[in-house]
Amino acid sequence: MLRDARQEKDGFRVCVQASAALALLGIALLCLMIAGMAVPALLQNGDGHALSVVWNPAAGRFGILGMLAGSAALAVCALCLGGPLSFALLCWQLCPDNHGPLSRISRRLMGALLHFMTAVPTVVYGFAAVFLLTPFLRGALGGSGFCLAGAALMLALLIVPTMTLVLRAGLEARLAALLPHGLALGMSRLQLLWHCVLPQCRPVVMAALLLGFARALGDTLLPLMLSGNTPQLPQGPASGVRALTAHMAMTAANETGGAAYDSLFAAGFLLLCANAVIGLIARRLAADSRSGEARS
Amino acid sequence: MKKIAATLAAVAMSVWAVSAQAGPLDAFKGQKGTVDIAGGTAHVPVMKKAAQAIMAANGDIRITVTGGGSGAGVKKVGEGLVNIGNTGRALKPEEVKKYGLVTFPFAIDGVAVAVNPKNPVSSLSKQQVKDIFAGKIANWKQVGGADAPINVYVREDGSGTRETFEEKALDKGTSKADANVLNSNGAMKTGIARDPDGIGYVGIGHLDASIKGVAFDGKAPTQVNAADGTYPVTRLLYMNTKGEPTGLTKLFIGYIFSPDGEAAIKASGYIPVKPAADKAKAGK
Repeated sequence: MLRDARQEKDGFRVCVQASAALALLGIALLCLMIAGMAVPALLQNGDGHALSVVWNPAAGRFGILGMLAGSAALAVCALCLGGPLSFALLCWQLCPDNHGPLSRISRRLMGALLHFMTAVPTVVYGFAAVFLLTPFLRGALGGSGFCLAGAALMLALLIVPTMTLVLRAGLEARLAALLPHGLALGMSRLQLLWHCVLPQCRPVVMAALLLGFARALGDTLLPLMLSGNTPQLPQGPASGVRALTAHMAMTAANETGGAAYDSLFAAGFLLLCANAVIGLIARRLAADSRSGEARS
Repeated sequence: MKKIAATLAAVAMSVWAVSAQAGPLDAFKGQKGTVDIAGGTAHVPVMKKAAQAIMAANGDIRITVTGGGSGAGVKKVGEGLVNIGNTGRALKPEEVKKYGLVTFPFAIDGVAVAVNPKNPVSSLSKQQVKDIFAGKIANWKQVGGADAPINVYVREDGSGTRETFEEKALDKGTSKADANVLNSNGAMKTGIARDPDGIGYVGIGHLDASIKGVAFDGKAPTQVNAADGTYPVTRLLYMNTKGEPTGLTKLFIGYIFSPDGEAAIKASGYIPVKPAADKAKAGK
């Protein structure tokens, strides 16, 4: 009997290890392929090479750094708009100062809404924004309304539920554990969250922010539908920008070869690198927090 | 009883007569198999109408139609993933060489300059259009409109619509760098329909009450004008196969050039092209 159980365990372990190896191999092959395909574009010399700013295929210029700047600007703006909003929502969700039925119901509704919003396809946000937000921005900022501000606003709306829910999942238990002690000391829930829980849970906060940032950076449809897709460096909230992802979507539909097609892989490579860096930072933070816990 | 039998026979005869009349579909009788089609988005309505008619007549045939753009059309047919790859532009010489593609132009599509219906401007000269898209004219006042900045909308690089427009309307000029870029005829329509100060271009078949086609050098952007060559900004729509088509694929292409196919082309907003005339044209 014991032997059977051990055999079963070994078999299970082999299966798990094989699956993990397969998944890793797949990811490694993907990275290798994209990096390999990106090499021709990255090694190209002269004015038109991929790591330059100007994109104008008619003039032989295939620079994608303008799009990289566009992606970065969109993601940073979305995070700056969405981050504080997520913290505000978190405080409201976890630290009610009013226990009346109306307050409780509205908090419940908001919680359900946040869960629901994580499942809304971005194309829905995009369509709604084209009809409502873009005309508003056209009146408020001038220009066509297809601009950095519009896309960043909608990206912020996209990442707020994700960030809020990650924060809540990471902090709620910690807060509950500290609550009796804190309340006994005369602290309010908000004070407890702000002064005790948040400093302790910095990795959770960073993970939530990085997740939001990565999601904003990787989204394709919202920039494609709302940012104007102008291949230039970002010049202000009312100017058009083109995100790397949107650029890939547009170029992939029309090109089959040549420098414009190669630039797609350079763009994919840059996105992959950005995501890898974000992932590494997140891992580092998690490791730091574990060693921190071990010390304390 | 005899009467009923006679009536039944008559009905059967008339049904047979009707089906015999639907000539172009006869070729598919007794056929079986699939045809996969991908590529240019402008082609999709024509392909879908033809596919539906054929599949309704013969349940053993499956025809799938997807978009993806001209580039996807070339790549997919070249690599054998689909039987027909559609393009809204002529094949590039290196594409023909790389994949051994055979091309079948089947329809003419015009590209119209479009503005918001509220815009009083209804006619622009070629020079005005060139200056607007180059950014030299930046206010509607300069071309007889209201005192408002012009918002220029263009299609993405490599789009067949954009290539046609820049080659024929802008004399191979390019659009200004800070123009808004939209990635489909539909997005262009929405953009212009929502922007009173916008200007862009769409396939003539996409003109409707939500956007206004502008006369180009005095020529109205209509299918009639595009068909007889009066309206100059036109392009051909192509079906492409890897090598000479055979079997069902060949039958499908034949159907597109049949009277039924021509009706589907017209109903989709394009002008049918005769196959023989085209072969000569393509050979030129």
